[in-house]
Amino acid sequence: MKARVHVMLKNGVLDPQGEAVRHALGQLGFDGVDGVRQGKVIELDLNETDKGKAEASVTAMCEKLLANTVIESYSVEIS
Amino acid sequence: MHAAVIVFPGSNCDRDMAVAFEKAGAKVSMVWHKDTDLPAGIDVIGVPGGFSFGDYLRCGAIAANSPICQSVIAHANKGGYVLGICNGFQVLTETGLLPGVLLRNGGLKYVCKAIELKVETGETAYTSGYAPGTTITIPVAHHDGNYFADEDTLAQLNGDNRVAFRYVDNPNGSVQDIAGILSENRRVLGMMPHPERMADPVHGNTEGRVMFESLVGQFETA
Repeated sequence: MKARVHVMLKNGVLDPQGEAVRHALGQLGFDGVDGVRQGKVIELDLNETDKGKAEASVTAMCEKLLANTVIESYSVEIS
Repeated sequence: MHAAVIVFPGSNCDRDMAVAFEKAGAKVSMVWHKDTDLPAGIDVIGVPGGFSFGDYLRCGAIAANSPICQSVIAHANKGGYVLGICNGFQVLTETGLLPGVLLRNGGLKYVCKAIELKVETGETAYTSGYAPGTTITIPVAHHDGNYFADEDTLAQLNGDNRVAFRYVDNPNGSVQDIAGILSENRRVLGMMPHPERMADPVHGNTEGRVMFESLVGQFETA
């Protein structure tokens, strides 16, 4: 079973990297980009076969290590 | 006084920190991140600067979950002193011993230079050797030193006089120019600038040494 975790900075937390990407896009002539937020995707290969258990386990991983919930939000997809 | 300096893979200020403690009169033990226990009789733990675990995932995140950090947290919870400098500050926020986080610098660049720092409080064993309001000059060297915390946390830090240092000329975008903060019991200090790099006359000045002397002196008079 595979899990995909999306980690994003929460709204209201300044994202200097996203801002730099937005600026670079403007310089390349891509007009109309009002904002860019940069996050990360983490893929996990799990030996769990129960979807519910996998989801609970990956959520625990997010809380403990994969995301810093002071500034980041996360979402988990299991497939 | 017996200090432990924690060493992670990628720490690079551990020996400078140990020398600063030793010159101030402390006995120092280096402790490897895979150890689970601290040597007996540790008074102060130093969490040094560097790039623990290559800054993978988030700065300090993997170090904060290493075996020794359970003992660091237990030491702090018993009222022990913990000093985190630079990457050490990032590790302490990741363990939850200090609130907030250190984000990528606002200017996106690695900043490495001597900066002016205002000592905001003398009410801690770390800064009692400085006259309140003193400005000291010590180096910063970091890519992720942009301190961030929510409004409530900031109000609490300010209300309890727990901001230890502020930048005179903010190099990284930190909220309210914050360079270093204290725990509620004022015994855990995290700061981005490097006092251990201004602790010997050959460094240019010794304004950072005062901090180590204040801390070690606390134990000698007790």
